[in-house]
Amino acid sequence: MGEDTDAPLTPLNHRGFLPDHNYVTEADIISTVEFNHTGELLATGDKGGRVVIFQREPESKNELFSQGEYNVYSTFQSHEPEFDYLKSLEIEEKINKIRWLPQQNAAHFLLSTNDKTIKLWKVSERDKRPEGYNLKDEEGRIKDLSTVTSLQVPVLKPMDLMVEVSPRRLFANAHTYHVNSISVNSDYQTYMSADDLRINLWHLDITDRSFNIVDIKPVNMEDLTEVITAAEFHPHHCNLFVYSSSKGTLRLCDMREAALCDKHSKLFEEPEDPSSRSFFSEIISSVSDVKFSHSGRYLLTRDYLTAKVWDLNMESKPLETYQVHDYLRSKLCSLYENDCIFDKFECAWNGSDSVIMTGAYNNFFRMFDRNTKRDVTLEASRESSKPRAVLKPRRVCAAGGKRRKDDISVDSLDFTKKILHTAWHPTENIIAIAATNNLYIFQDKLNSEMH
Amino acid sequence: MFAKGTKRKFSDPGEEPALGAELGPVVRPLSSTYSLQRQSLLDMSLIKLQLCHMLVEPNLCRSVLIANTVRQIQEEMTQDGTWQIMTQALAAAQCPADRLVATEVLCRPSEALAAAQSPKPLPAGPEEEEEEEEEEVVVAAAMEEDVDSEANPLSSSSFLPAPFGAEPGWEDEEDDSEDEDSEECPSDAEDVPDSRRGDQVFGTFEIKHPAPPPDPALEELFSDVDPSYYDLDTVLTGMQSTPKMGPYDLLDSLSPHAAPALSTGTSCRSDLNELDHIMEIIVGS
Repeated sequence: MGEDTDAPLTPLNHRGFLPDHNYVTEADIISTVEFNHTGELLATGDKGGRVVIFQREPESKNELFSQGEYNVYSTFQSHEPEFDYLKSLEIEEKINKIRWLPQQNAAHFLLSTNDKTIKLWKVSERDKRPEGYNLKDEEGRIKDLSTVTSLQVPVLKPMDLMVEVSPRRLFANAHTYHVNSISVNSDYQTYMSADDLRINLWHLDITDRSFNIVDIKPVNMEDLTEVITAAEFHPHHCNLFVYSSSKGTLRLCDMREAALCDKHSKLFEEPEDPSSRSFFSEIISSVSDVKFSHSGRYLLTRDYLTAKVWDLNMESKPLETYQVHDYLRSKLCSLYENDCIFDKFECAWNGSDSVIMTGAYNNFFRMFDRNTKRDVTLEASRESSKPRAVLKPRRVCAAGGKRRKDDISVDSLDFTKKILHTAWHPTENIIAIAATNNLYIFQDKLNSEMH
Repeated sequence: MFAKGTKRKFSDPGEEPALGAELGPVVRPLSSTYSLQRQSLLDMSLIKLQLCHMLVEPNLCRSVLIANTVRQIQEEMTQDGTWQIMTQALAAAQCPADRLVATEVLCRPSEALAAAQSPKPLPAGPEEEEEEEEEEVVVAAAMEEDVDSEANPLSSSSFLPAPFGAEPGWEDEEDDSEDEDSEECPSDAEDVPDSRRGDQVFGTFEIKHPAPPPDPALEELFSDVDPSYYDLDTVLTGMQSTPKMGPYDLLDSLSPHAAPALSTGTSCRSDLNELDHIMEIIVGS
């Protein structure tokens, strides 16, 4: 991947929930994107509490360059708006996170959460139905027993594929604050949910109780200065998890050490550069997302201006730091004024942990190749994404600086077009980008396998 | 000593960066530009804390980050003495009888600092959303109590530092907010040189994190008051049904006052205007 990209990305699908409208309905704003473990399914959640699942069509052997496209597989309403009568507050139905469970039988399971309640959904296919009942006729009406003269064994006949989604578990009333993360453990039996101040451990089969494993709520809420921003289990070690804070720290915790993991095993924090200290230093250091690498050796974090790769064995500083949009550093005051400085960008690894990706403003998203140290800025927009067209690298230049043809000036950036949610296929070079209410899926045209 | 004929200026913005760079974090540049920027940041932050959505719970992470920013500014202003100056100016605007009491107590900086760190609630006063706003109400109530009963002088001093530091810059803030509404995105070319300069200036100071212990005398005074009602937790998560004043009323109430020139010479006058404002709002006229 690089500026002169030899493995260009093409837009595969462009799913607009409101394709021809110029305005954006709030409810359609995508709030989370997640591939399942094989990459066959892609789930999106939106602000209106709906989940849309896409399935990849099997690749056609006829066309040479036909890649499996993603089509809508199922849509369902996961969460509804609620009202907390005790506090006189609305509970938003916005889906904050979706996490798939590893597939263990024909059905697929996913966890979806809003601010307060986590739900386990079963997604199953029905493509056969039984025919030849003895007591019912074809329309389901009870037969007159006198007409039944012989016994037959009902047989399964094929039918049109139907995807059924049913709620299997409801994990409620365990969070006083807003849930920001859920993470399924590698033991496939437990998962954790993290809100601003606490992290709870659940068993997937038990809904009436959860185990609190981290609690950073101070006795006096007036002393509150730090909140939990994201949390994730280690991909292989079921006793390890990491959580990030608004002060830019990462804490690796071992559940074997103590029941309440308030004391971390490792604390990852980069010492502050005193020469660049400002009133906004703390805000821009707040970690908005943390992801373990597939190998489990590294951590990827995103704060307002950078993405950092940490080695689990080195707590003192990150291994690599990537500038996502450093040109915003001089605009922090304005970004604080319009609240953009509080935007929470997510980040993602590719399947081989060699490339990291994160979103930015103006519908731009960035990819950094850790090996070649090359990076690229791409745009997810209708205009630049005709199917099968190759994405052009974009460049942001300083205000008044020399501009090439496709460059855009810092002052012309649209801060309402933010790419907060991105996902990378677990094994292939396919990425899903959520741009407000539109979902873009891009695929590496020439190299569909990873290198 | 200055050579004959050389006029000494109150502040020389041209000198500032050099000063800051040479002496490092020890000397805080106190140019009017820096003070203005800092003040406007403080005002912006306080407004943000007030303008929380009433229907849905506010984002706790955002509130905590803004509150931390306010604390940082407050600490720095306390350290360079600006905080004391402002609170004294405001205290001086009180009726003569109160003024004596108020300023006397203000001369005890440790108590004022301690109280600013851990505000205690008073039963009077309307419900407010945020810690800072709550302190402001408490101050007003404390002042009223002084007028009525000449009760405990400690109560008036304790809460003065926190909210009234915000006053002088409110005309500024009104302009900022209006800009905020009209702008779609902060691509303001003029902003860049100022904020860049601001960042350079901000970069030269260091943050200290004092944590003075709460005053036992104050705790005793308010021991019978139910603290949970004003618990930040409750306040943030349990919005009251009808606030005494909606978030936009605050901005509207600022409009009759024109923005004065923000040189230090007129700062006292703007402080008095602001104080009148606040008293009106709180008393509910």
